[in-house]
Amino acid sequence: MPDTALPPDGWIGRPMPRAATRRLIEGRGRYTDDNAAKGELHAAFLRSPFPHAAFGITGRDAARALPGVRAVLTAEDLAPFCRSWRTESRAFPGLVSPEQGPLARERAVYQGEPVALVLAASRAIAEDALELVEVEWDELPAVTDPAKALDAASPSTHQGLTSNLAWRTEFGGGDVEAAFASAALVVEERFTFTRHTGVPLESRSVLATYDPAAEALEVRMSHQIPHQMQVHLADLLDLPMGRVRVIAGDVGGGFGIKMHVYPDEVAICAASRLTGRPVRYVCDRIEALMADIHAREHVMQARMAVDAEGRILAFDADDIQGLGAYSIYPRSSTVEAMSVLRTVGAPYHFGAYRARLRCALQNKVPTGQYRSVGHPIGCATTERLMDLAAAARGEDPLEFRRRNFLPEAMMPWTNPAGGRMAELSHTATLAEFERLLDLPGLRAEIAAMRARGRCVGLGFSAVVEYTASGPGAYGPAHVPVAAMDTVVVTLEPTGDVVARASVAEIGQGIQQGIVQVVADAVGVPPSHVTIHTGDTASAPHGGGAWASRGAGVGGEAAWGAGRKLRAEILKTAAALLQSAPEALDLRGGQVVDANGTPRMALADLASTVFFRGHELPGGVQPQFTATHQFRREEDVFLTTNGLQASLVEVDPDTGIVTPLRHWVVGDCGRLLNPLLVEEQVRGGVVQGIGEALLEACRYDPGNGQFLTGTLADYLLPMADNACDITVGHVETPYSGSALGAKGAGEAGTCGAPAAVLNAVNDALASRGARVSELPITPTVILRALGTLEASE
Amino acid sequence: MKPARFDYARPETLSDALAILADGGAEASVLAGGQSLMPMLNLRMARPGMLVDINRIPGLDAIALADGVLSIGARARHAEVLASPLVRQAAPLLAQALHHVAHPAIRNRGTLGGSLALADPAAEMPACVTCLGATIVLASASGKRRVAAEKFFLGVYATAIEPGELILHVEIPAIRPGWTHAFQEVSRRHGDYAMAGLALALRRDGSRVAEARIALCGVESATRRQAEAEAALVSGGVGAACQMLGGLDAMGGDEVTAAHRIHLARVLLRRAVGTED
Repeated sequence: MPDTALPPDGWIGRPMPRAATRRLIEGRGRYTDDNAAKGELHAAFLRSPFPHAAFGITGRDAARALPGVRAVLTAEDLAPFCRSWRTESRAFPGLVSPEQGPLARERAVYQGEPVALVLAASRAIAEDALELVEVEWDELPAVTDPAKALDAASPSTHQGLTSNLAWRTEFGGGDVEAAFASAALVVEERFTFTRHTGVPLESRSVLATYDPAAEALEVRMSHQIPHQMQVHLADLLDLPMGRVRVIAGDVGGGFGIKMHVYPDEVAICAASRLTGRPVRYVCDRIEALMADIHAREHVMQARMAVDAEGRILAFDADDIQGLGAYSIYPRSSTVEAMSVLRTVGAPYHFGAYRARLRCALQNKVPTGQYRSVGHPIGCATTERLMDLAAAARGEDPLEFRRRNFLPEAMMPWTNPAGGRMAELSHTATLAEFERLLDLPGLRAEIAAMRARGRCVGLGFSAVVEYTASGPGAYGPAHVPVAAMDTVVVTLEPTGDVVARASVAEIGQGIQQGIVQVVADAVGVPPSHVTIHTGDTASAPHGGGAWASRGAGVGGEAAWGAGRKLRAEILKTAAALLQSAPEALDLRGGQVVDANGTPRMALADLASTVFFRGHELPGGVQPQFTATHQFRREEDVFLTTNGLQASLVEVDPDTGIVTPLRHWVVGDCGRLLNPLLVEEQVRGGVVQGIGEALLEACRYDPGNGQFLTGTLADYLLPMADNACDITVGHVETPYSGSALGAKGAGEAGTCGAPAAVLNAVNDALASRGARVSELPITPTVILRALGTLEASE
Repeated sequence: MKPARFDYARPETLSDALAILADGGAEASVLAGGQSLMPMLNLRMARPGMLVDINRIPGLDAIALADGVLSIGARARHAEVLASPLVRQAAPLLAQALHHVAHPAIRNRGTLGGSLALADPAAEMPACVTCLGATIVLASASGKRRVAAEKFFLGVYATAIEPGELILHVEIPAIRPGWTHAFQEVSRRHGDYAMAGLALALRRDGSRVAEARIALCGVESATRRQAEAEAALVSGGVGAACQMLGGLDAMGGDEVTAAHRIHLARVLLRRAVGTED
């Protein structure tokens, strides 16, 4: 067991604002585009205007002749500097995902796919030159709808493929047929989930500088996982790891958008190598909406069997995923669909499960891991079935859930979906949830609103999330993903502590959480701790930001490193004070004895060691840099649980849905910093409201053209689409780690769409209408109400 | 997202501006608030050879009320129009509608003339000036020209403005005693372009509608007076008017179909007739 001696009145658990807040709100953040390199070239990509086309680049002279243009590059030009790649995973044997390179060759398979690259003295000149590149396009039939893509008669997404099926699987456990045959009640629904994307405020951007003399590549980029990019850039450009440095400075949001290997970013690195010049590229918003990963395009047919006592017997889920033209590199897009199907039923006890999955290739941008990967779909599917069953039984939806929650006494339990449920607190969370909502009062309020003719509805969702992935997630798949983290802590001569961590700060505030952990682990105030993240030359290898892992994985590494440094400090202090390390403690930057009496300031000890080493007793060699690398051995994921409620108002005339209030109670284990957790939850809920009501990447069903390329078309939730969000906590520390923290950053997004979907259906129920399509647009509502025909 | 190359002029006087516009002809675009033009330039959807920046020309933003006519300079910012007591007094419809126009930052720069000249079918201001029977006063190097709002909007992004012309100001007959105004719209998010919007001016005789003026935005490709619906509203009430709206030549689309827009126009008419002040 790890050293779990958390100080009684420490910094962990305090709602401290982030140290970086002031710098960021004063506009002092330094993002990739704030770094100019001497001699840099600006890049612009020629991207396919068609979802599927054969092409030939027939003329580059006019573009090259434009003053200020340095190069016009095609796939053939970059090939000597960069190898191609193909997404493979032993978790998905037989996965079909063709070879990819930094630029498309002869055929473009999604709109926005980069086909040529211009380097010029400015971005404006580069864009002027793009218009002068002569391309012959031969538009081919586009595959867009995921279900139709799997028809035998469908055109092929890629030349040479006879089917658009990228992968299929069937899994589960128990006797599903028997369960449904014996059920007293079966509820069923067909759900449609529309693609959306993450839209970080700072778009993807990269500044690559290849030094031909040192044969070394330095890449500044806006990314969630700089170490991962170091691995892949070294591999693709055939450089030793040590000669690739990736620096992610301030990162203006990630949401999963910035955790992949994108062809355009690799092309920029290859172009710097080709030219020997720094090359800068900033993805503009239309490129981002079109060619950043999308997510969550699913058609889900699901049913649930319930016995006469109102206990769930089984789930049966049949999912088609619209995967895109390629399975995203390196993790693969299939991960999202597996996450959907593993999340079905997750909060509950049930005896049987059958999951069927077909992943369809399409002439659309690849999909990938977006905040709360797959969970919102599994959650919405489950929670809507729960409401349908409760309604069919004439039962309160919360009572139906209460009866079916997986009892604490049964855990740990591996459910028929293969999900290992451990240390969940459904009972305590439900109790806190009911306290927070004041349900009798709320129900009276709703009744009063309805009596005045308002069409309002209340919806619930129960959430179980798989967070803080361990090595068992990607390791067996042989996908090179670090699920571990490294933290290095160093005592400076002033008694200050500097930490270098492989977790990544992408705006979520994990730096502050790590600082509080280091402060407690060592015994110094947080103001004496400085943290550096995001630079592969600063911190050794580790996982970065994904899967809500910063606290649960990075936090453990920080704790371990801090405790090692503390032990070394106390050992050295004991030698100087002629005491024993066990008789001393380090608190608030002071070495104290058992009574708390100060014996020596840490600053004095540090300056003695660094500047007056001759005063140290013989044989004392203080090691004031400590490293800890943490990998979790047990539990592939840390499961977390929570409950959400949404109160909405539907305008039955216009179909507009307005969220009125939202409530969340979550259990993410130990709270390193409740302020940051609550802001993550609130931001996640707003993103989930966007998913439920607004956000959609639309394509023309005929020609496959992308229709939502600006923020006037792709509707993000804004202040008037959000509402007050009340957040409560239950704290069940994970027993297998020192800190007991689990993941917190995605739970809001996981449960909000389901709660809103149920709330809208609750509002519509008295009018006999029902919806099962996200986003719930006014059109969806008006069709459900019969105001508009399905064809209108 | 960088604009294609263009020449740029920032004249200090109206006569200079008109001379430059005359030279530029169809190649010249007028830059006022830039809230639509700049994104269109950056997307290279608009590619003028010459931008004529009118922000330095004095007097183009004046708002005045005289002899029963409210005159609003073409370069008056939405925020200035919204805040103007004269506008609230003489054309309350504009103030109501401007709350739906984008957000404060955009209203601080965007101009009435710019909105009219762009003629986005979903924009609020064209419907309002049409409803109120405004006159749009245009100037060119060869003189001034007055165009009734009803004849000004010709289609999606299409107006009666000729090459070389600039909107000087808009003249709106001040609201007359007994009349009330109402503006209603539906959008997915506050400040977005309308899925449908409706501008209404009414005179009642007791509880009966005696006279009505209706114009829509976001429904047809060019806003116009809805004469049939107006007549039906007077003769047969709101139900009859809604029936007439079935004849609208509504725009289609995947997200919002023509039938959907007609439905919303009817909803808005019922609401507006119930709430006009």
